[in-house]
Amino acid sequence: MKKILYTLLFLLPFNVLASGGVKLDSADIDLSDTMAMERGAKYYVTYCLGCHSAKHIRYKRIAIDLKLDEAEVLKVVAPFGAGIYDQMHSAMNAHDAEKWFGTTPPDLSLIARSRGADWLYTYLRSFYAEPGKAPLGVNNVVFPDVGMPNVFWQLQGTQSAITQKIDGHDVITGLKLEQPGQMTPQEFDKMVNDLVNFLVYVGEPVQLERQQMGKYVLFFILMFIALAYLLKKEYWKDVH
Amino acid sequence: MKQKMNQCSEWLLERFPLSDLWNEHMAHYYAPKNFNIWYFFGSLALLVLVNQFITGILLTMNYKPDAKLAFDSVEYIMRDVNWGWLVRYMHSTGASAFFIVVYLHMFRGLIYGSFKQPRELIWIFGMLIFVCLMAEAFMGYLLPWGQMSYWGAQVIISLFSAIPVIGDELSLWVRGDYVVSDATLNRFFAFHVIAVPLVLLILVFLHIVALHEVGSNNPDGVEIKQSKDPWGHPVDGIPFHPYYTVKDIVGVGVFMFFFATVIFYMPELGGYFLEHANFIPADPLKTPEHIAPVWYFTPFYAILRAVPDKFAGVIAMGGAIVVLFMLPWLDRSPVKSIRYRGGIFKKAVALFVVAFIGLGYLGTQPATPGATTVARVLTAVYFGFFLLMPLYTRWEKTKPVPNRLTDQPSLEDRIPALLALVDEVVEVQQVPDNIGGTIAKKRPNWSGISAVLIRFAKNLKKSLD
Repeated sequence: MKKILYTLLFLLPFNVLASGGVKLDSADIDLSDTMAMERGAKYYVTYCLGCHSAKHIRYKRIAIDLKLDEAEVLKVVAPFGAGIYDQMHSAMNAHDAEKWFGTTPPDLSLIARSRGADWLYTYLRSFYAEPGKAPLGVNNVVFPDVGMPNVFWQLQGTQSAITQKIDGHDVITGLKLEQPGQMTPQEFDKMVNDLVNFLVYVGEPVQLERQQMGKYVLFFILMFIALAYLLKKEYWKDVH
Repeated sequence: MKQKMNQCSEWLLERFPLSDLWNEHMAHYYAPKNFNIWYFFGSLALLVLVNQFITGILLTMNYKPDAKLAFDSVEYIMRDVNWGWLVRYMHSTGASAFFIVVYLHMFRGLIYGSFKQPRELIWIFGMLIFVCLMAEAFMGYLLPWGQMSYWGAQVIISLFSAIPVIGDELSLWVRGDYVVSDATLNRFFAFHVIAVPLVLLILVFLHIVALHEVGSNNPDGVEIKQSKDPWGHPVDGIPFHPYYTVKDIVGVGVFMFFFATVIFYMPELGGYFLEHANFIPADPLKTPEHIAPVWYFTPFYAILRAVPDKFAGVIAMGGAIVVLFMLPWLDRSPVKSIRYRGGIFKKAVALFVVAFIGLGYLGTQPATPGATTVARVLTAVYFGFFLLMPLYTRWEKTKPVPNRLTDQPSLEDRIPALLALVDEVVEVQQVPDNIGGTIAKKRPNWSGISAVLIRFAKNLKKSLD
């Protein structure tokens, strides 16, 4: 049922617009998989938090929702020196960021809600080497001319673009792994998926609880409708 | 104890006409007994209004009307305030639900002629409520201070600058700054939480007082006060309380079911109730590629964009609402209800619905040349429906209106026919299973389906005559 609803929603034009014309791979999101989200949290702190804060979530909340011990979260997830009530702040200051990247890296607390999980999953796997491109020598299929380097290059390896001439323009039709990284493509996809899973959770920490609560609310309302209907029938039986 | 209670109530009734008020507006307010499903939306609008007031007050307790703090305070409500997410989703979903029930409520008035003499003033008050609601929704949408909040407000306020001579000064005065800024946010907050709700409340009060003075219309468009029993009560009327209070409670239940489904399973509704770009904090230096208002404004936004000149577009958009105010005087038909009106009005209403929904869809889309052409045609249909109404409603051949209310099958009465329809389109085959019995296999019965569709098309055509 929920699948049908979501499929219908995906037919709506907003989601088509959000993708900007590039076909997106679908991420496999499971917010009940706390192990995957714990891995995602660790990846986030290791690879993203250096530049991107996620200031709307606290380590304490992660410990509660991922069913982890607070000490455990501080030891394996949070960066050195962070407290359990701290929000996920980045160590980089805005002034330096502006100087190094030309823009302040956005806070990622709500990135999964504004971009969508599939967009993130595809974007993070779509960096390719473009020699001579200033300043980083990389570009991205989903987000052309993005100011962010490929932070996973050691893990993923280096990709290059396969281009084809269509109507006199070079159009990127696919990406090719030029130089393998420390992970196999399958391992890498799974890692990115874990990270995106964590970001979806961070976007709205309450969503799993909300959906679980929904069925009780709807059940209660159905009971209420049944009672209200019987009451109405009783009152109306003498109206002709 | 009982004596004490009686003394208390007597004390009160000597000083305040509580039982008179109750009787006049509930227990002795006679409503036609044949209200159908369209008549739920008035009470539902009241329910949503109460929902918006209560959730709004709770949100105000944690929201910060400050350009630096607003966006983060909404996220604080979503994450750190106990049940804040529920309150916020009830408010954001309530805003869209408000427009859904109000549009349906207005459409009911249109098809059953509830705006016609002697109920013109009810319609005018209702239209004022609609305009207030639009102002309320527009200003409320700025408060989360997301990209769409910001740029939506920027676009709409800049429309004032299209007015010749005073335009620039006027839009500057509305914003309180050269761009939408903290000053704008603060004044919108003031309007959203107190000024407009107060006006809204007064208008709702006037709407109901005016309604209870003349009495409710009904799907037959017959005045029930014309046939009264010896005690002076309308023969076809029943007291609002308890009959319609218990009936409306069923409607409330069904509404809550849909409302809760959205809140708990799809609060963004695919970007229609909460736009994706509004999860990015407002950035005055970065214009989003595609600025679209929330769905309930899109029909009017599409009309604005359909007109090539900016000022003419603003006039057209305003005119689309002004023309609704004049509806009681545009319609010249002696008959109220669509049941007894001529085919030309029915077809005009059908075209109008297509135009309104079509414009609503186009308003969410980027303005490509093709889409603009379609929007222009639909804008012409929208205005044609109203401006040509004095002509075609005078020509139309109406059917005789009965003196008393007619009996129509209720939803419950239609259940047997519905079951028969299911039987007609499903074919059951007995297939032997591997343990010696048979299983009934169901599959679509194509000849049955085509018969049903043909019958449906014929009925539709007949009902439009």
